[in-house]
Amino acid sequence: MNSVLQLAQVSSSATFIQTVVKALALGSVYILIALGFVIIFKATQVLNFAAGALAMAGAMFMSILVSDGGFPFLPFDNPLAPAEGENASIIMWLVNIALALVLAAIFGLILERLTIRPMVGQPLFAMAVITLGIEIAVRPFNLDASALEARSLGVPWGAESWSWSGATVPKSYIAAMIIAAVAGAAVLIFFRTKLGVAMRAVAFDQEAAMAQGINVGRVFAIAWGMGAALAALGAIVYGMAPFPPGGAVSQEIHPILGFRVLPVIVLGGLDSVPGAIYGGLMIASAEIFAGQYLSQYNSILGSGYSTIVPYLVMLVVLLVKPYGLFGTPEVRRV
Amino acid sequence: MAFNRPLLRTSYEQDASILPTAFQKGAMAFLLLWLILMGLGAPYFSGPPIFLLGNTWINPITNMLPLAIAALGLNILVGVTGQVSLGHAFFMGVGAYTAVSLGGNGDEWQACVPFHDELGLLEKSSQCGLGLPIWIWLPMSGVVATLIGILVSPAAVKVRGLYLAIVTVGLVFVGLHLGRMLPEFAGDFESGRKWPKLDIRFWKEETPVIEMTEDGQWFGLIYLSEEQKQYFFLLALVGIFALLAKNLVRSRTGRALQAIRDRDIAAEVMGVPEFKYKLIGFAISSFYAGIGGALFASYNGRVAPVQWSLILSVDFIAILLIGGAGTIAGTMLGTVFVELTPEVVKTFTEWLGEQTASNGPVSWVANILLTDGSAGDFGPISTGTVATGWPMSVYFWNLVIYGVLIIVFLIFEPMGLYGIWIKIRNYWKRWPFSY
Repeated sequence: MNSVLQLAQVSSSATFIQTVVKALALGSVYILIALGFVIIFKATQVLNFAAGALAMAGAMFMSILVSDGGFPFLPFDNPLAPAEGENASIIMWLVNIALALVLAAIFGLILERLTIRPMVGQPLFAMAVITLGIEIAVRPFNLDASALEARSLGVPWGAESWSWSGATVPKSYIAAMIIAAVAGAAVLIFFRTKLGVAMRAVAFDQEAAMAQGINVGRVFAIAWGMGAALAALGAIVYGMAPFPPGGAVSQEIHPILGFRVLPVIVLGGLDSVPGAIYGGLMIASAEIFAGQYLSQYNSILGSGYSTIVPYLVMLVVLLVKPYGLFGTPEVRRV
Repeated sequence: MAFNRPLLRTSYEQDASILPTAFQKGAMAFLLLWLILMGLGAPYFSGPPIFLLGNTWINPITNMLPLAIAALGLNILVGVTGQVSLGHAFFMGVGAYTAVSLGGNGDEWQACVPFHDELGLLEKSSQCGLGLPIWIWLPMSGVVATLIGILVSPAAVKVRGLYLAIVTVGLVFVGLHLGRMLPEFAGDFESGRKWPKLDIRFWKEETPVIEMTEDGQWFGLIYLSEEQKQYFFLLALVGIFALLAKNLVRSRTGRALQAIRDRDIAAEVMGVPEFKYKLIGFAISSFYAGIGGALFASYNGRVAPVQWSLILSVDFIAILLIGGAGTIAGTMLGTVFVELTPEVVKTFTEWLGEQTASNGPVSWVANILLTDGSAGDFGPISTGTVATGWPMSVYFWNLVIYGVLIIVFLIFEPMGLYGIWIKIRNYWKRWPFSY
């Protein structure tokens, strides 16, 4: 009886709206990073365990550009950085994001060239483990750079929020949704362009694509550049204020983005762009709603149970559909 | 004759034997002798930190041995059966928790049932533990891990390839959450609880039959230190489990597992039941993981639940890939390499630090590499007390080196250390011809 009353109290409409908004916002973050995963997997068949490292490196670039005003050991400063102690205007901030994404993409290109390109034709698992190696090797630099004080991302609107019929809707959440919508649409359109079609051809059969005159190496490079940029965008979005890192690059970003996104891509299917979008929204909703509406069972479920809800959902879905909801089943031949 | 042609087998017994050639028999005898002398001689090399010798090294080497057992288990799953699992840390954790609930000190059964005060707070002060002897908790830790492995395996058999790798990642996170949720078994999430010691008892008597955790006479024959006793005990266990693994691979079951690794559908067409043998592979691997986890926790004395994380699983994958998946010798080489490299780097850095202090011949290297973090003292390796931040401490550099090693080995030597050995062997075998 008691618990029913509690439930009724919690599920007021304002809480419900807030929960929905929060789920959509977290879903946006998941979508961005999952899209990075999917693009890399679609083009190169590499399961990218290094997404966390790439994402956090991108967020680091952003923080260096915006709050440090330029890279150390370079003779020039970032001309677009906001003045000392001020927040950037929204336009300039977006320009800075674009710069950071370009840097992240270059970082992805370098990693691809050094570690993935020599492995073309090797077993898929070996390539996945290489990305684990990247993750381990890059992680200390990221941890290190955020160690002493949280590195600000200079979000123009900070932690401000609108209130709407009793519910608090943070501006960052809305921004996250807009960014994810734009990025998702861009990726969907990209796969209709000539380059995107080339990428799909490479994913289907590398040798046949090569015989058709497609530069497979360039497709690989572009996929990794895009993947790294999308992961970085996800990390920057996740760094906006009401998300747990609180307006900064923090060590917390890293494991969350690297491995909490795995259920998303598995749920949607490793090689499906719509799958990444649906998967992101579903997993984020499951996580946020479980966190909100099951919180009175905290003592049974244990604190922080909402973080394992994605894995449980993933396990159940995989039992029913072993290749995810939208994934292409592998054709097995003797 | 056969000495000149190492691949020539003259009988089936010889072909199926564990050490087919005279060279391998000699090498194994030499290795065993060396391992025993290394243990016996530890106190006599207590001065400078000579590589792999002396009291400085016996602890890291002993710490490596339980991990070697767990690595052998993962080798059966990944190297022999071909099922990629990143969930090995979870099964190690299951084994360790079983060990501590059966063998640890606690409030007997009452604390073993997680009781809640009408959905209220969890009783965190009480810990579960029956204080049973090692001959119960060690096998049971393997058995419980096996049962959980069998429970999970239907899902794991259905899912293939990279999907399986991701599912097992999920397993690790679920395990971490359970560790946080059940402090009766796991202890505090950050600091853990005390594990039972390796002493061998008949039942719960005061003085153990075979003492493991104090310096003293062993069997009234030989005086050994605590470290040496644990070293020999764990070494013997590693020997037993390596032999078991080797024999498994040579048996009917092992051949079936290998057939599934090479092509599962083809194996099924030939009459090897895929589900059954994948389940067997999972069960055996979990058994090894459980034993390894229990021994690891028991040797370390106190293990926090956060330790059974994805990093540990990745360690084992790295061990297999660096050593050479699918072979016992490769697994052992990989364990030594992966687990000892950080120690080597640490010892080297400490040695460099001493060089600076005493103005030794290589103090200029130390000047470039090391820094105490003060202004005007540049260098990538920090010796100061700052935990994170550039310059990075040896711990973080070890992570970087470790990641780079994984990448380098996979790119340049996919067969691992074992592959390097095969190349060297083949070079000498066909000398003076190039192929």
